Amino acid sequence: MAAETVVIRHEATRGGCSGAVGDVLFRSLTFLFALFVLLILGGVLVALADGALPALRTFGFSFLIDEVWNPVTEKFGALAPIYGTLVTSAIAMLVGIPVAFGVAVFITEICPIWLKRPLATMIELLAAIPSIIYGIWGLFVFAPFVQQYIQPAIINTFGQIPGIGALFAGPPLGIGVLTAGFILAIMVLPFISSIMRDVFETVPAMLKESAYGLGATRTEVVWQVVLPYTRIGVVGGIMLGLGRALGETMAVTFVIGNAHRITTSILQPGTTISASLANEFTEAVGDLYLSSLIALGLILFVITFIVLAFAKLMLLRLQKQAGG
Amino acid sequence: MAIYARRRLINALVMVLALAATGFGLLWLVLVLWTLLWNGIAAITPALFSQMTPPPGSAGGLLNAIFGSVVMTLIATLLGTPTGILAGTFLAEYSRGSRFGEVVRFINDILLSAPSIIVGLFVYELMVLRMGHFSAWAGAVALAIIVVPVVVRTTEDMLNLVPNALREAASALGSPKWKVIVLVSYRAAIQGMVTGVMLAVARIAGETAPLLFTALNNQFWSTDLNAPMANLPVVIFQFAMSPYADWQVLAWGGALLITITVLFLNIGARALASWGTFKQ
Repeated sequence: MAAETVVIRHEATRGGCSGAVGDVLFRSLTFLFALFVLLILGGVLVALADGALPALRTFGFSFLIDEVWNPVTEKFGALAPIYGTLVTSAIAMLVGIPVAFGVAVFITEICPIWLKRPLATMIELLAAIPSIIYGIWGLFVFAPFVQQYIQPAIINTFGQIPGIGALFAGPPLGIGVLTAGFILAIMVLPFISSIMRDVFETVPAMLKESAYGLGATRTEVVWQVVLPYTRIGVVGGIMLGLGRALGETMAVTFVIGNAHRITTSILQPGTTISASLANEFTEAVGDLYLSSLIALGLILFVITFIVLAFAKLMLLRLQKQAGG
Repeated sequence: MAIYARRRLINALVMVLALAATGFGLLWLVLVLWTLLWNGIAAITPALFSQMTPPPGSAGGLLNAIFGSVVMTLIATLLGTPTGILAGTFLAEYSRGSRFGEVVRFINDILLSAPSIIVGLFVYELMVLRMGHFSAWAGAVALAIIVVPVVVRTTEDMLNLVPNALREAASALGSPKWKVIVLVSYRAAIQGMVTGVMLAVARIAGETAPLLFTALNNQFWSTDLNAPMANLPVVIFQFAMSPYADWQVLAWGGALLITITVLFLNIGARALASWGTFKQ
């Protein structure tokens, strides 16, 4: 009897012990891989900064505000790509936000329940289509259409208005800043609308019902109850879309025309940071050229990091608000 | 009464606009898919799957590019999935409320949306420069870096959905925590985790930007992972931007192939996920 008890106790301690060792091992393993996620980000930052150093040392601060991009004389400035990145993203936001808002409102407030899921899935499939598909489609289908029908109309109407006419000047080329911005709008639409939809769903039904009970129309409920309640989340979703738009590469590369210059007209070709990288990187000759391109990448990374971090903070705040 | 009529009018207008916006969004999906099918279907021939990428002006297929894409996607998934699952496990099972966990989660979400071309630049600096040449390995690593955040995110989300009662029951039977995670949590969350991996594969299947500076391209058949390797996205990029009609047709064919694969994976993943929640 006594012997048996001893044996059992012995087994029990041994089992507990190996469990403890296993626990420490498994915990450390998962911890290391979690740390690895941080290392990726740190590595990206260090590698880009290291690669960009020669260019930043040569050109200094003027790299940021210089428009010249001349591989022959080895004079490089990032202003044109930065400008193009910001303008295309601005156009994408201008078109994308209202549409995304409309889609989110339709799906959460109007659409019958059986249609909700299929509709949401279809809109999200827009995000699943790879960037390069938008690129090839933009180049062969959309750009010619824009050139033939849309741009002449814009030039003949808006182009004639003194003042803002300069924005729409020049021959209709099809490719250019406006076309790129528009395709970006389609690409970021699903990201923005799916976040808007998610945050709209968090509004307590009681709040909405109270407003309806007071006789408010759907529009008034959306505008005066849903939006104020979800404001932070909506801004977060928009920022997330902006982060995507800023860094989008292939679709833009196909249709922007890759011209290193700043033009006032949004119908003319331009370039963005990512398009410059995609077009020139493998053909860049000379250390300074390569380093300047990496410096462009570093700038893009810093900009998107800030925008995305801001988006994430907004969404976290909403989460806390909803949780508490 | 006039005010009432005005409010109703505004409401009707806004609702019509919302409907129009939804139609507008769907229109692009249909347009893109339709033109893709229209232009790509002509290129889907047996030669597409049996011949190599041709020089301009002669017939050929995309066999080497399809092979390269499959190989690199496979390696990237094999590298990225365990990494992502383990990191996601840490976030869901070990880091509740910890500062470190919050930071990792935050950074992971940023990596999730970070421009993929930056990943390409990073791997160029990390591997291509050191090795002195472009290679399929570098391409696969770049794609793996894109897989990781997707898998981390879905793994964590899915593990968080596992009811705590399951874990407590297993712990009460005396199993150590790692056994609880591996034998109970993983089993309960496996469907969602597979969904995450499928979405990650769908994401990298069409990624072009990170491959431009890493795997580059190869006009010929190559199985050498230490050499540049052909892959569908970069071939599409190169062929579509070229002035040759034959190349452009092949580019459309490749584009159609990628899109079908990606949509198939996406819809499959969604079906799997909703089937899982249905069962619960």
